[in-house]
Amino acid sequence: MTTTPARHSLVVERLAVGYRDRLVFESLDLLVPPGRITAIVGANACGKSTLLRSMSRLLKPRGGQVLLDGAAVHRLPAKELARTMGLLPQAPIAPEGITVAELVGRGRHPHQGMFTRWSREDDAAVAAALDATGTVDLADRPVDELSGGQRQRVWIAMALAQQTDILLLDEPTTFLDVSHQVEVLDLLTDLNHDRGTTVVMVLHDLNLAARYADHLIALADGRLHAAGPPYEVLTEDMVRAVFGIGSRIITDPVSGRPLMLPMGRHGANGDSP
Amino acid sequence: MTTATIDLVVRTRTRRTQRRRVVMAILAVLILVVVATSLMVGHTFYPPGDVLRVILGEEVEGASFTVGVLRLPRVALAVVAGCCFGLGGSTFQTLLRNPLASPDIIGISLGASAAAAFGIVVLGLGQAEVAAFAILAGLGVALVVYGLSFRSGVVGTRLILIGIGMAAMLESAIAYILSKASEWDLQAALRWLAGSLNGATWGEVLPVVVALAVVGPLLLSRGSDLGAMRLGDDTAAGLGVRVERTRLLVIIAAVALIAFATSAAGPIAFVAFLSGPIAARVVGPGGSPLLPAAFVGILLVLVGDLCGQWLFASRYPVGVVTGVLGAPYLVYLIVRSNRTGASL
Repeated sequence: MTTTPARHSLVVERLAVGYRDRLVFESLDLLVPPGRITAIVGANACGKSTLLRSMSRLLKPRGGQVLLDGAAVHRLPAKELARTMGLLPQAPIAPEGITVAELVGRGRHPHQGMFTRWSREDDAAVAAALDATGTVDLADRPVDELSGGQRQRVWIAMALAQQTDILLLDEPTTFLDVSHQVEVLDLLTDLNHDRGTTVVMVLHDLNLAARYADHLIALADGRLHAAGPPYEVLTEDMVRAVFGIGSRIITDPVSGRPLMLPMGRHGANGDSP
Repeated sequence: MTTATIDLVVRTRTRRTQRRRVVMAILAVLILVVVATSLMVGHTFYPPGDVLRVILGEEVEGASFTVGVLRLPRVALAVVAGCCFGLGGSTFQTLLRNPLASPDIIGISLGASAAAAFGIVVLGLGQAEVAAFAILAGLGVALVVYGLSFRSGVVGTRLILIGIGMAAMLESAIAYILSKASEWDLQAALRWLAGSLNGATWGEVLPVVVALAVVGPLLLSRGSDLGAMRLGDDTAAGLGVRVERTRLLVIIAAVALIAFATSAAGPIAFVAFLSGPIAARVVGPGGSPLLPAAFVGILLVLVGDLCGQWLFASRYPVGVVTGVLGAPYLVYLIVRSNRTGASL
């Protein structure tokens, strides 16, 4: 099912957002390139998740706005927004005993009315999501019996069943070992290549971000430090400014993308720069 | 996308919905059987024909009074109250993702009961005023429990523990109110402490019917939103649910149902608490637990009342019977949650 999705524009404009008395961003401007993979990177507590939560309107802006195709996301009808933009939060909860097929089916919620029944389309969307994530064999299994990697694929399948042109993910690789991290990111890349889905994700691992993303957004202290393609953004200066450590950037022999080698007080061979 | 996968999806879904349909049909038949039994059996047995004629408004020697005035309102109250408790209880359990977060465990039912007892026994209020008073008290208790457990977000365990404390306080408040009342008896005490259908009249049943007719569909229409909210607030919001608004609406609706039913029948012990988990067990996880829980609630109250009246040498109010059923389950839940190391 290769369709060219409508290219949606997602723009953050003078965004001010925060929790209680603390502002995380005072005035943030950025745009998400449509049809590409964007990774938001930065140190702990720099506002990565806050930015993602504001984009998906989980947080109400104190000032400025997030615009989807020119319309403020906070004024869009909830279900209409959910048909364009999907969200996989950091810690989704699987109800006890729910099966994979049922959970993935929940992704159809924004496409269904209050009392409407399941349609052929809903079944097809769930099937496509199971196929794409390689979870067909798990369809009848309870989610709480699955391994961490399988479970994450199932959650992504749920987000896929939602059939949105934009997909936001908050640290989709946390708690996964390296093979499952790569598996999940490969899956998202397939999705981007095959369907043109715009993927925006918060990633902890700078090197995986540089390898998989077309566009990096580096945040530091509630400001946009840099945004652009990985080879422009991932520099030794950026790493020092954003993470406060020295590093060396080399070319990743596997992907050709930049690869960051951090330099601590120990373990570095030779002089620190 | 392969058609084989679509077939698989359709097949597993059909299996689920069919199981649900079969279970619901069985529950409905059981309810009808118990209703019929409750109307026929008593000190005097009346055959189905007599009962039917009374229901159709015909005058039948003896049966018109016994069935029409005594048994019919009692059974009707059992049905509507059971439905309210089942719906309200499973709503809370779903919303807070914890079977212990039922309104009868966290003090909401007892708040409504204390208000109703105070209104009827001390203030001598009428039925409508008592119901309104009970709702306000139920909402008040819900608000206080929520407020006290709020510390940068509400944690389920804290809310449940505070609610249990609140319930104990309210229970003693009811005992105090009843002991101060000029004419109090064991029946009244048991009604407001454990719940009872004794002396049910149409005047008591009607407000509950109206509340159920208004609030029930509203609540059921939110079933799929509630289903999405079981995946966590953020996930639900991502699926297009207006989480805060839905939560507020659904809590008020559930409290209203509980309060109306309580103002007529008292806080029938553990029906709200038991209905949801039993329903989930019989219809399977996944799907909305609300309607199955309503059916189970009806069945619990009907059977509990039938047993309480005729199974033992002396008559017990329904709440005593359901209390005996519910308490072991409560203990089981707490033991199990401790063993798995999970929070309450």
